[in-house]
Amino acid sequence: MLAAEVAPVPRRAATHRLMLALMVGVLLSATVMAIAFRVRRDLLEAMLLPMFWVKLVFPLAVAAAGFVAVQRLARPGVRVAGAFPAILAPVLAVWVLATIAWLAAPVDARAAMLWGQTWKACVISIFVLALPVFVGAMCALKSLAPTRPRLAGAAAGALAGGAGAAVYALHCPELTAPFLAVWYVIGMALPVVIGASIGPRLLRW
Amino acid sequence: MPRITTVSPSRLSDAEAALRGLFLQGLAGDAAAYHAFLRQLSSHLRAFLGKRLFGWPDEVEDLVQECLLAMHNQRHTYQPDQPLTAWVHAIARYKMIDLLRAKASRETLHDPLDDDLAVFADSAIEASDARRDLSGLLDTLPDRQRLPIVHVKLEGLSVAETAQRTGMSESAVKVGIHRGLKALALRMRDNK
Repeated sequence: MLAAEVAPVPRRAATHRLMLALMVGVLLSATVMAIAFRVRRDLLEAMLLPMFWVKLVFPLAVAAAGFVAVQRLARPGVRVAGAFPAILAPVLAVWVLATIAWLAAPVDARAAMLWGQTWKACVISIFVLALPVFVGAMCALKSLAPTRPRLAGAAAGALAGGAGAAVYALHCPELTAPFLAVWYVIGMALPVVIGASIGPRLLRW
Repeated sequence: MPRITTVSPSRLSDAEAALRGLFLQGLAGDAAAYHAFLRQLSSHLRAFLGKRLFGWPDEVEDLVQECLLAMHNQRHTYQPDQPLTAWVHAIARYKMIDLLRAKASRETLHDPLDDDLAVFADSAIEASDARRDLSGLLDTLPDRQRLPIVHVKLEGLSVAETAQRTGMSESAVKVGIHRGLKALALRMRDNK
């Protein structure tokens, strides 16, 4: 009989689970970054540059919106409302910034702005650093009750992609908006696509 | 006057308030309140799912139990500032879609041979034959027996509605059905 087991349920239990998953994931991916990629040596100098902060705040904004979306999708009957537009807003802002920088730059400097020196490593690194958060978020979601598993998977991907990219920004030497607009966005979109495709199968309850 | 088929908003919010109160007490550890909550919830669920899975009574009962179990296991995902109806509805809908999807994929595995045979077995001609036979037989009955049978047994009206429509008394309708059916049975036996 179900009514026999009525241990009081702590309030905000679901939020705590997601927070825990996020913290463990970020810690793990920061450790991987520090050991395998190393923090960029001139980090302190870079912190004086506005583009460095754009590079850090942009993925953080995506991650924050993703977290809100995951939170809502983990609970039956809660509307997602503005969370998905909020995930897209920082991306759009960076695209606008990149377009302005692209048009302002002399034609022969444009290719360097787009490709940088590390575009090959960028996408795969962001994806690798997103993985711990992604796995953590999916595990947390699995213990909750997402009634729209595809969206929930995508939101977990956005959270993980944003967090992974923010961690990667501490290593990444690139400082141009077009580079962010293409490679960072692709790196963050990967976990979103994967989350949306495996969500329906993985998040059944 | 239009007939009101939906539950009025005030009754709905009454149910919401009562259920939500019991549920919150249950979440805080009150076993009696939680028990009452589950019992009331199951009757709501049975009505909700029964209306949507009309014709599958066994599935409805299974699904009610499945939903109750899911709601019990996921009770920590309910936020106190959220309407309980929305939470319950989302879970019930999710479980129902899950069942329908499972059913659909199971049914595609079925050997279609039986269906083919069944299609030929009861053809539409046979059904229309039966209907023609029946109306032919009915026409042999006097109106006071024929109309009650047509309205109540074939069209599915209630005795009271039939009485209103035909201008007969309710007991006359009942007697008419009874005697009419008896006469029909007798005639069918004679026809054979």
